[in-house]
Amino acid sequence: MSPRLVPGRDDRVGRNDVPVRISFDGDPVEGIDGQTIAGVLLGSGRQTWRTGVSGGARGVFCGIGVCFDCLVTVNEERDVRACRRRARDGDDVRTQSRAEDAR
Amino acid sequence: MRRVVVVGAGPAGLAAAEKALLAGASVTLVDAADQPGGQYHRMLPEAYAARYPKRLHHGWDSFDRQRRFVLEHRRCTWLSRTSVWALEKLDDGPPSVQLLRGGVDGEGRTRETIRPDALVLAPGAHDRVLPFPGWDLPGVHTAGAAQALAKGERIVVGDRVVVAGTGPFLLPVAASLLEAGSRVVEVLEANSPSTVSRGWLRRAWELLPQYGKALELAEYAVGQLCHRTPYRMGRAVVEARGDGRVEEVVTARLRPDWSPVPGTERTVPVDALCVGHGFTPQLELFVSAGCTLRDGFVQVDGNQRTSAAGVFAAGEVTGIAGAPAARAEGAVAGWVAAGGDPAAIRAERRKRDAGRDFARRLERAHPIGAAWPDWLRRNTVVCRCEETSYGDLQAALTQPAGSGSRAVKLGTRAGLGPCQGRVCGTNVAELSARLGGETASVHNRPIAQPIRLGELAGQPEEETR
Amino acid sequence: MNRTRIVVLGAGVVGSACARELAAGGFEVVVVDRHRPAGATTAHGEGNVLVSDKADGPELRLARLSRRLWPEVLAELDADIEWDPKGGIVVATTDAGASDLAAFAAGQRAAGVTAEPLDPADLAAAEPHLTREVAAAYHYPEDAQVQPVAAATALLSAAIEAGTTLRTGCEVTGAITRGGRITGVRTSQGDVRADAVVNAAGPWSGEVSAALGAPVDVRPRRGEVLVTTPLPPTVFHKVYDADYVGAVGSSDAALQTSAVVESTRGGTLLLGSSRRQVGFDDRMRPHVLSAIASRALRLFPGLAGVPVMRAYGGFRPYVPDHLPLIGEDPRIPGLWHSTGHEGAGIGLSVGTARVLHDLISGRAPEIDAEPFRVDRPAVLTEGGAR
Repeated sequence: MSPRLVPGRDDRVGRNDVPVRISFDGDPVEGIDGQTIAGVLLGSGRQTWRTGVSGGARGVFCGIGVCFDCLVTVNEERDVRACRRRARDGDDVRTQSRAEDAR
Repeated sequence: MRRVVVVGAGPAGLAAAEKALLAGASVTLVDAADQPGGQYHRMLPEAYAARYPKRLHHGWDSFDRQRRFVLEHRRCTWLSRTSVWALEKLDDGPPSVQLLRGGVDGEGRTRETIRPDALVLAPGAHDRVLPFPGWDLPGVHTAGAAQALAKGERIVVGDRVVVAGTGPFLLPVAASLLEAGSRVVEVLEANSPSTVSRGWLRRAWELLPQYGKALELAEYAVGQLCHRTPYRMGRAVVEARGDGRVEEVVTARLRPDWSPVPGTERTVPVDALCVGHGFTPQLELFVSAGCTLRDGFVQVDGNQRTSAAGVFAAGEVTGIAGAPAARAEGAVAGWVAAGGDPAAIRAERRKRDAGRDFARRLERAHPIGAAWPDWLRRNTVVCRCEETSYGDLQAALTQPAGSGSRAVKLGTRAGLGPCQGRVCGTNVAELSARLGGETASVHNRPIAQPIRLGELAGQPEEETR
Repeated sequence: MNRTRIVVLGAGVVGSACARELAAGGFEVVVVDRHRPAGATTAHGEGNVLVSDKADGPELRLARLSRRLWPEVLAELDADIEWDPKGGIVVATTDAGASDLAAFAAGQRAAGVTAEPLDPADLAAAEPHLTREVAAAYHYPEDAQVQPVAAATALLSAAIEAGTTLRTGCEVTGAITRGGRITGVRTSQGDVRADAVVNAAGPWSGEVSAALGAPVDVRPRRGEVLVTTPLPPTVFHKVYDADYVGAVGSSDAALQTSAVVESTRGGTLLLGSSRRQVGFDDRMRPHVLSAIASRALRLFPGLAGVPVMRAYGGFRPYVPDHLPLIGEDPRIPGLWHSTGHEGAGIGLSVGTARVLHDLISGRAPEIDAEPFRVDRPAVLTEGGAR
């Protein structure tokens, strides 16, 4: 199975979800307002989005902005920690690596 | 009026801000997050408009009271979404605080500089994770990540999860996962029952109140945890396996020094693994301020003063003892930093002392076994950012000319990546010491948070006094 | 066999290069370092092997000798060391700067340096992210970069392979002399006998020489470097502003900054440079980092969004007349100095070692070593370092 969002109707905290839509490498991805970019991606079933130095897939490791494993490019700004940046409607999120073709 | 700057709005920082306000100071409270609470009281996003946020929090009401008191106080300036990227040591007094305001990793942040009369640093700690084969597979998370995602975003990392490592904090992590709907297959405490009881059972009655709170267990989850999830001691995850993501973990029984007992391996299918081997305090700001460290933490006196003039420390940076102890330390630090009479806060000081005692016991009950490197293989990644392997480190350290800590770092790139050794630093230092290398401080980061060249090139707004 | 025993003080790149040369020449070598090898100035430099920043003169001759030796030395070392003969590009951003640069390059060309003017199209092809607001640019294909710690470590390892002894955590406290000649050093680990002693203590050479009773005026000059997060390839040469040469040559104690931008194999960019005389005060100064960043952005405006993840500062061995010291001390026979390279020590180390070896062996070096003699007014001091 994949990471996922606790369904709103079942959630004991009583959420009132407002959708937010970002684009991830050009594909539309829907999340809920207030989520981090990592939250939106995980909630959409994506577990990884960065390519490590030797090609391994990386996603969230520490979840609190310490490990820098989850870096993405947001609106052409590199090296944004996906676990800390809140997703905003229309954000253009892209995977990044150190290789030339990713630029 | 005395100006106290408090960095970090977790339990310690929030308590420091409250007490400094009560002592009559003007307070600037700084935190990188949107809302106060830190990792312990990680709040749901405001946009979730949650009707029952307290269901996820132990001690919500007192936290909420304190939060409102501080944020609504007329002498308090609350700087959310603000990072301290550097401290500049001055010739006298506490260092000036170099801020980036209004965003996360860019977003048009602005630079600002504040000169405080007293500085309380309460940046907290993050999970320490020891490396093992496969720990770099997707689906392997720190225990803190699983909890932050569940509590802060309502994301569950998987459906069949093993929680492993050491320390009482593994239990609230498991509870958070259960609460959010994961199945926690088992919780593994690497230390043996005898090690754990050596730390806890001596005069355990004194510790019961601390221990109960430290577990941070939301009451509803305790029952579930007790009934459905095995808690095994003296056992650890020594390998994670899978094709492109974690699919199973190998657990093994450990000797007291954490060397695996051959023949005790078990394979457990999972879709996520959460690990935490204690905590690493975030000490870079203390190093920048020139504070003396001792045994891996900041050295403080009875009033939470560090060795640097005008700089106070509170919370997990002085020793890992959980939220109640952090709050007590914060209260003492904030009060004294604001010029309050230490004699007037005897109760807080007593609580703080109990917290320190708790920290010592925690350390004795949940030590890191010296034989953890036995888990490693030559090709096991040690530095996640630069993918330095254990073999690379061994090769560097066996050269007599290359055994210095800087030579090892620059030669292997371990610790030179974007996390700047936050994840691997302590582990690399221990491996180096074991292999005859130089032990050096792993917390020296003059640039405490990444700053973009454009932000750095601009002139900071100097706050007028 | 009773070999001549030489004690080298300092296991940085210069000491390591000297140890290797001397050990290969048949001397019995002992390297002594207060800490561990390659941990101070060597670990805080970019690894410049430059000819472009030196005007015709003795230092350029030493640089050219070193540049020729580096590939030979690296080929002999049993190690995979990051060596990048990437070439340097020097740009002038003002018309006045352009004519100064042209004259400077002409002088270098007369001395045998390759310095090719680049027209705007060539420049844009060579460095696509560089500002187009450039008045003149020259390409120096001989400029190179070496990973300094790896190089120093490999040089020292080769010395050890050839019989050199390394003593770490060993601090020199004084000289042992007989009849005015040095016969050993006193250290925190006891006396070490020597027929000759080489002071290769970099910025601490002033202190060490004073402790030995023959003070030379070598002072610490602080420099800072910014390191960005790893990027896809963005900067392809060592690119610097022509005013760098002026900043290096300046004797002003106040802050001097000049843009020097280059990439490393790890993908990070290194951004320099600053020069300040602040003794051994190692406090990081935000305004210095800020000045380096704004200078770098003048050359590469597109880097504004790139994060800096680290900054490091180090002390370089500064000599008031801007020339290294390579030679025997006139006051204490048997004491040699091999220091004072300021920010060029990585590049100049192998040439320096060769010259020192020749001088100690009584041979005439390939280049005239007279300008580096210790007996110069700028170097010999009464009271020692400050």
